[in-house]
Parts: sequence; structure tokens; C-alpha cells
Amino acid sequence: MSGGEVVASFVVPVHPHTVLTPDRNAGWRRLRDAFDEAAQTIRELEADLIIIYSTTWPSIIGHQIQADPNPEWVMVDHDFHDLGSIPYSFNIDAEFAHAWDEANQKRGLQSRCVNYKGFPIDVGSVVALTLLNPDNRIPAVIVSSNMYANRSETTVLAKSCLDVVEAQGRRAVAVTAMSLSNRMFTDFIAPEDDKIHSLKDDEWNQKILEFLGQGRLEDVGQLSRTIHQQIRVQKVVAFKPMWWLSAMNGNRNDLTGRIMAYEAIHGAGCAVVHIDPASSGVGDKEYDEDDVEYYHGERDVLDTVDDNADETEATTPLLEVETNAAESGPTLWEPTDAEGSVNTAAAPKPVGAYPHARRVGNMLFLSGVGPRQPGTNAIPGGPIHDGDGEPLPYDIKAQTHAVVNNVKRIVEEAGATMENVVDVTTFLVDMKRDFQGYNEVWAETLGKVGPTRTTLAIDALPTPIAVEMKVIVHMPE
Amino acid sequence: MAKGKIVAGCLAPHPPHLVYAENPPQNEPVAEGGWEQLRWGYERLRASLAHLEYDAIVLLSPHWQTYVGTHFLGLDHFKGLSVDPIFPNLFRYHYDMNVDVGLATAIHDEAEAAGLPVKMMENPDFRVDYGTITTGHLFNPDWDKPLVVISSNRSTAYYSVEVMQEIMIELGKATRKAIEASGKRVVVLASNSLSHRHFTTESDVPEDMSKEHITSHAMHLWDMRMIEYMRSGQAQRILDEMPEFTEQAIAESDGGGLSWLLSTLDVPKYPAILHGYGTIIGTGNAVVEWPCHAHEVSEA
Repeated sequence: MSGGEVVASFVVPVHPHTVLTPDRNAGWRRLRDAFDEAAQTIRELEADLIIIYSTTWPSIIGHQIQADPNPEWVMVDHDFHDLGSIPYSFNIDAEFAHAWDEANQKRGLQSRCVNYKGFPIDVGSVVALTLLNPDNRIPAVIVSSNMYANRSETTVLAKSCLDVVEAQGRRAVAVTAMSLSNRMFTDFIAPEDDKIHSLKDDEWNQKILEFLGQGRLEDVGQLSRTIHQQIRVQKVVAFKPMWWLSAMNGNRNDLTGRIMAYEAIHGAGCAVVHIDPASSGVGDKEYDEDDVEYYHGERDVLDTVDDNADETEATTPLLEVETNAAESGPTLWEPTDAEGSVNTAAAPKPVGAYPHARRVGNMLFLSGVGPRQPGTNAIPGGPIHDGDGEPLPYDIKAQTHAVVNNVKRIVEEAGATMENVVDVTTFLVDMKRDFQGYNEVWAETLGKVGPTRTTLAIDALPTPIAVEMKVIVHMPE
Repeated sequence: MAKGKIVAGCLAPHPPHLVYAENPPQNEPVAEGGWEQLRWGYERLRASLAHLEYDAIVLLSPHWQTYVGTHFLGLDHFKGLSVDPIFPNLFRYHYDMNVDVGLATAIHDEAEAAGLPVKMMENPDFRVDYGTITTGHLFNPDWDKPLVVISSNRSTAYYSVEVMQEIMIELGKATRKAIEASGKRVVVLASNSLSHRHFTTESDVPEDMSKEHITSHAMHLWDMRMIEYMRSGQAQRILDEMPEFTEQAIAESDGGGLSWLLSTLDVPKYPAILHGYGTIIGTGNAVVEWPCHAHEVSEA
């Protein structure tokens, strides 16, 4: 099945008042009525999946996705516990959750599913699912808001979600559980005294809602950092739900927006907004932040390059692990540029007169790619011998990872992805020593793509490296 | 009624990893150990206080985060399952704890009289936060003393560290005043880490100690600076440098626990005892005791 789509998006508030005490304040009642109308809209759209991005579920270790098929508990808010309790029993689409988790990892994200009895579903998700899906008819999935994630990471999180929506042919509704301005009164107030905390907060909220009403979701996303600085308390980093929601909608500015309600809850700016993917005919992007397909950020902070080294290797000083091959290796060349050549500064310079890759028709042929790093020419995992030819300990897994990364950069420069790699020939200088480590990295990377493979033992390579790959790519249409 | 007193004050961090590594029967996951420097630090703390008689533990946890005022657990008994929403793979703990509601109410009332917004938490469905459970377990695994649990008011986020500290100093004074009026002997605990920059990845075996270290040299320097102030009886300097420390070390002191503790102890001038220091997913954690009982004369 394929061809899924996001049939609607909603912005909804996180506070429990709309569930527990909507009639104590006229504004809370209007928010609740908007929630109920949104639930009716979702039913009429015949959506078969509700995806919640919740700002009240922070995470540290990557992105967490709820995968308990039926989480049940009683939620009590940490602040507003006197309003009462919200029992919940949700219908979670665990299959989608696991598929999203896998898609996240394919796009370079740190991700994991959580499936534990008694896991505390956050207040924002509980409120959203309780009101938007009151009969639990539609399966849902919930993802955390990572404290350290930036725009590119949050954008990729949405794109991996879309990968699964499309692959499973789902009619999905995307929901961000969030406040606009999130500054609450720091003292207790009577319900009838509730209002937006300040005029400044209100003015910014109105501006955001004006944009959303015009369907300019990507503009709001690109103003996220400014909005955060102006009207957000530092509970989570930046106004990031809008990054996610915009990417879920193709980073567009011509959507059809409708403000269903805008009110205060204990001073915070709370809105129910419906975003229809239908084009409103207004203009498209006014801002131009880069789009991103794959997360390249540094997350493997625990890893050391000699992670799997044997006892002898473990004694090698770390400073020796990365060595500039150019110090003792062959002269580096600028890549040649005959017709069809594909070259990139993100790959190491050639050691002869040839391009990084060359395209012929719909086929792309890469020159042999090693692990040397672009710019520094360093060899992750260390060189296999020193300038005098004396053997050195090295890490074949680190070298192989670096080769795959270099291949990826060249393939992407050509406009393809690793999914398009169809054939690989690998050269190892020490088959007996290195095949297992190389093979493990292969299984984690290219092995998941599925190209044909040939592995050869050779006597030497021009630089002091242990592994090189020759790659053929079938270019996408 | 004799005047109540604080017999000890402790910095008692709450990373769930420590409970996970202990393998207590209440926690579902099973570990092969790990973070021994800190766990042994807790052992030394418990041994150091074993000879003391006390009636209750007063604990401020940064993971009961309240944005509207300071809250206190207000029911006699709480029982349930605490699952860490960030590390559910490590911490799923079945807790069963008693609360000294009388003392909690007394501190609540003193704080209210001092002008602070306060509230008692009396919803029986409330799930106690994992910070409270972790520190509660590590400090007193038998759970044989009633607790007073105080929420972490997030005034740092709303205003600044300076404003947070002003509020926490007032809350600390109210806490001390209520304890003295209660006639009880009490231990006070601030449940927070020092530097608080996490790793954003987790090793396949979370307790693999070959992966554990401080996230950066700067964090280490800040942690050592603060610990040295503790060890040398310079609590006032900790308060003085709290804004810079909190900002630059992204310290968990932003929740107010350490400021509250030092205020509750009347900003001690005597040396604290460092029982252990270690990192947990890169954050800096110290188990520290201010032995008030040994300094009663100088404190009088």
C-alpha cells in the first residue's frame, strides 16, 4: 500500500482545564467546544491515525515513541492536581510506532519505542487524545519533544513520520500539543480572572494566529526561534512543535488555516487551530531556511573510535587514532570534471586525476572510496601503517563507517540516496583480520539497503587504509 | 515541647540509574551494577547518619515541577508505580511511602505567612515523581521514615536564577522555622545534580562504565569549584555564584533545591562531608552531608 497523506493538522492546548473544568471559565468552554468540533472534523475526514507531538513529554536520549497498544492509568497534573484526575485508556498503533522508529533511524535520528505498563503519558497527550478521539476509534501514536533537538533534527523527525504514513497509505491527522505564549501566572488566580499574561504575549499570539489563519505554517516555523525568545518560558528548547508540524505539511505557506478558538489558561496563550492541506492560493515561502532530509548532527557522543579494539590496540594513544594520511601518502588531486562528473567538497580529494563519480544515463559510477576525511584527510580508526611502513593498530569498523559516510556524501551530491545503491565491490587489505568487523558495519548500513556485493582481498591501497569501496548507483527518476 | 532541629542536610541526587544499578526488589529492570562511586557514596552517607535519631525527612525534588507556586504532598500515604518518562528502561519502581502531613502543613503555613504562593497536594491519584522516589530510596531504602515532599517551583524559567534564589531562601527560612516549631528532629535533602548537560545517546548496556564521563572539562571545573566550597564551609559563596554556576554548568540547581537546602541550614559555615562524586550520562553528581548535629554549639 502507498500514497498516504496528512489529511488535517491541529494545534491544541495542553492544560487539563478543558477536560476537567471547562465550565468554570467562558474561555475554557470555548476551547473545549473547539476541541469537540475538531474531533468531529477528524471523524468526518475518516482519518485512520492521529499523530501527537507533545511538548509536555520531554526526552533526552533521542526521540521516544509510545508503543504500548493500550496504555492505561490515571493522569494527575503536577500543578493543577486540585482540578481532578483524568483516567485514560488509549488505542495506540504500535505497528506504526515501530515503523516510525525504524524510519527515524534510517534518517540518522536517535530513536526508540517505549512500551511499559504504567508509563506516565504526559498531560498534553492525555488532553489531546481524550478530547480529539473520545471513543478511541482512531489509533494514535505519540512522540516526545527532545530537549536538545534543533530545527533540522525536528524536521527530519517529521519526514521519517511521513515516510511511514506514505508507506502504510494512512489518512493521518498531525497534532501538536502546545501553548502559544506559555507564561502562566505564578500565583493562584480565580477562574474568572484568567487572561493572557501580558499584552506583549497577546500581540505575539495574535500575530502567530494571523499567520496560521492564512495557512503560512512554514513562516511560523521559521519564526520559531524569535517567537520563543519573545513569549516563551524556557520549558522546552525553542518553539519547535511548529518545525515538526510544518514539515508534516511539506513546509508550505499556502495551506488553509482556521482559528477555532484562542483563549487564556492560567495566563498561557491557548488556541485550537485547524490546518487543512488544501491550497489557499496565497503565496508560498517568504523565508528560506534550508530543507533537510537526513540528520547529520552529532549524537554518538559515547562512542570512541577504538571501541572494539583488542588489548594491544586499547593502549594506543587516542591522538594516534586519527592521522593525516597526506603527511606520508600520495599527492592529492583536484577531482576532474569531464561531462557527467559529480564532485563534492564533502568527500576526500582523489589521489589521482579522476572524479568522485560520473553519471552515464541513469547510472552513477563512483571511483573507489576510502575512509579519509574531507578537509583534514584524517583516517578514522587510524592508518594501517606509519610513514616507514611499520604496521599500526587500527579499527576496521571505524574505517568502514567512514567509507560508507563518504559514499553517502557523493551519492547525495549526485541527487540520489543510499537506497539507490545497487552494487558494491569492496577491497580489504587484510581479509582474515578485517572481514568480520567490516561485515558487521555493512549489515548495519548498506546491508539494510540491499545492494549486491563482492569483497576482494588485495595487497595494498594507495593510502594507509584498510578498506575501499567501488559503488554503482541506479539514479532515481 | 523541645525545640525541633535539623540533624543533617544533604545534597542527594536522584538519577534513576543509581536505583537501577542497586537492583532493589521494588524496581523492575535488572542491572549488572554501575555508578559505584555514587552508590558507595550513598552507603557512606547512610553509615554516617546511622547513629542519629530523627523523625522525618524533608525533601525538595526538581522533578515535581510546579509553575504556579510551591506544592507539598498532603496525604498520609502514597503507593504506586513510578516510571521515569525519560529512562523507562531503567526505572519502574513500585513505591510505598508515608508522609508527615503535619510537618508538611506547618512548612506550607510558614511559607504562606512569608508571602509565598503555596498549595497542599491532596489528590489521591497523584503519582509521586521519580526524583523523590529515587532520592527517597537511596537515602533510606527501608522507607521507615515519613517524608515531607516539596515541589520545585520553576521561577528560574519565569524570572531568573536570582529571583529563584530569593524565593528559595525564603522557603528555606520558612522550612527551618516550621521544623524548629514542630519539636521534631529532621533531615533535609536537596535532590539535585550539579552540572547537568546530558549525553544524548545511551550505550547498549546503560551501566557500561567505560562510556561514563563528564560531558566537558568546563562542567568538571564548575562541579569541583562548588564541591570545594562545600568542603571548605563556604556555603555563602555557593549562593553568590549560583547564577553563573546554574547558567554555565546548565546545573540542576535551577530547580532551587540547593539554594533551599543551604537556606534551610542557615547558610552553614562549617565544612560539608563529600561522600561521593560521579557522573551519570555525563551529568555531575555529588553526595554531600552537612553534619548539623556536630555543629550545634556553633550554630546556637
